[in-house]
Amino acid sequence: MTTRGFTGRRPGADAARRLPPGQYQTADFPVLSMGPTPRVDLASWSFALRDGPCELARWTWAEFEALPRTRWRGDIHCVTKWSKFDTEWDGVMFDDLLTAAGVAAPSPFLLARSYDDYDTNVPVADLVGGRAMIATRFAGAPLPAEHGGPARLLVPHLYFWKSAKWVKSLQFTARDEAGFWELRGYHMYGDPWREQRYTDDP
Amino acid sequence: MTGATPASSTSPSRWVTAVIGRVDHLTPRVVGVVLHAPLPPHAAGQHVDVRLTAPDGYQAQRSYSIASAPGADGLELAIERLDAGEVSSFFADVARPGDTVEIRGPIGGHFVWRDEDGGPLLLVAGGSGVAPLMAMLRHRRARARGLPALLLYSARTWDELIFRDELLAMQADDAGFTFVAAITREPPRRAGDFGQRLDAELVRRALARWGHAPRHAYACGSNAFVEAMTAALVDEGVPPRAIRAERFGGAS
Repeated sequence: MTTRGFTGRRPGADAARRLPPGQYQTADFPVLSMGPTPRVDLASWSFALRDGPCELARWTWAEFEALPRTRWRGDIHCVTKWSKFDTEWDGVMFDDLLTAAGVAAPSPFLLARSYDDYDTNVPVADLVGGRAMIATRFAGAPLPAEHGGPARLLVPHLYFWKSAKWVKSLQFTARDEAGFWELRGYHMYGDPWREQRYTDDP
Repeated sequence: MTGATPASSTSPSRWVTAVIGRVDHLTPRVVGVVLHAPLPPHAAGQHVDVRLTAPDGYQAQRSYSIASAPGADGLELAIERLDAGEVSSFFADVARPGDTVEIRGPIGGHFVWRDEDGGPLLLVAGGSGVAPLMAMLRHRRARARGLPALLLYSARTWDELIFRDELLAMQADDAGFTFVAAITREPPRRAGDFGQRLDAELVRRALARWGHAPRHAYACGSNAFVEAMTAALVDEGVPPRAIRAERFGGAS
């Protein structure tokens, strides 16, 4: 359906190729959060892998900083329609967390849980094989609190609400359990290239 | 999410055709656009996605908060014209009644207030961030008149306060509603308004003068504004879980 009088401002060829449907490129780094930015003190910060209620491993900040680090550079896509190109993150790959914990994933699903009680579900298959990390640095500097610091999940091939800010644990779950936004009308998986924004999107 | 019940677990509608009923220039930079479309009923605070299509098939989507009350005749959006904003400039310069666009919604199950949620209700708005809070205030006027509510609303000038006259009228005939404006580029016009940016100190003074402890707080505006305001509310002892935020960022 053509909109009378709308011509639009098209992205260049490179951007057009890199933008999933319905997205536009921004040079800013907008913020989407449900409430106040939580105040997380590094001295009391810890991050855990859990299997349901059971703790599999836990790291303090100093222990976490000593884990093998990886840099990832690429594009991120927020369900509110902005995409940001060539972002650069450092952190600990999910694969390396499992190795450090000496465990194999006990189930195919998990919930990323945050210090502000946010949570979001991600299939384990989307985290392994170098596809996701717990990021602690952005653009070479410690991750600012408003962008999820000290540490956030980074799953860049899914809409960015899956990349939980202020993450405190990854909890394996027997079933694929809906998280905060997934209970509020947003898609269970959230692939930007299939434009899976809302619950009933295919 | 511990203890929180989602306000809405339903998926928004598919894309539907919306007919533009009105285009009103609310302020020098903001147009009010009233759309008529067969969407499910919305709750105050929710938004819609809007999609425009060029003759060659190129499409652009944006999200806009709904400013009209649940049950109102038509969905009112308050769209701020952004420099080089391909969608906002369409609504500001081109759109007229009878035109059609596509929309889907309503969307969002967190930044929502219903009359049964009660109060006292604290609303903090920066610029066009007043739109979803206006839906809450209109809903409150229809369904919960008298409920203690405070709106802290920051804008650059008196004439850039969107819905200003309606807010003044609302305050004049409802003792439960307090409207405090913070004007950043002009002196304040009314006793009790502020002539500077809202900061932690002004939030503290406004809350003390109001005399209520908010049960629900909603902040909407630019990211920097919402970040500062929510931090100030936490410092004033408002429980973080009572504070809901909606941030506008980077959109054009």
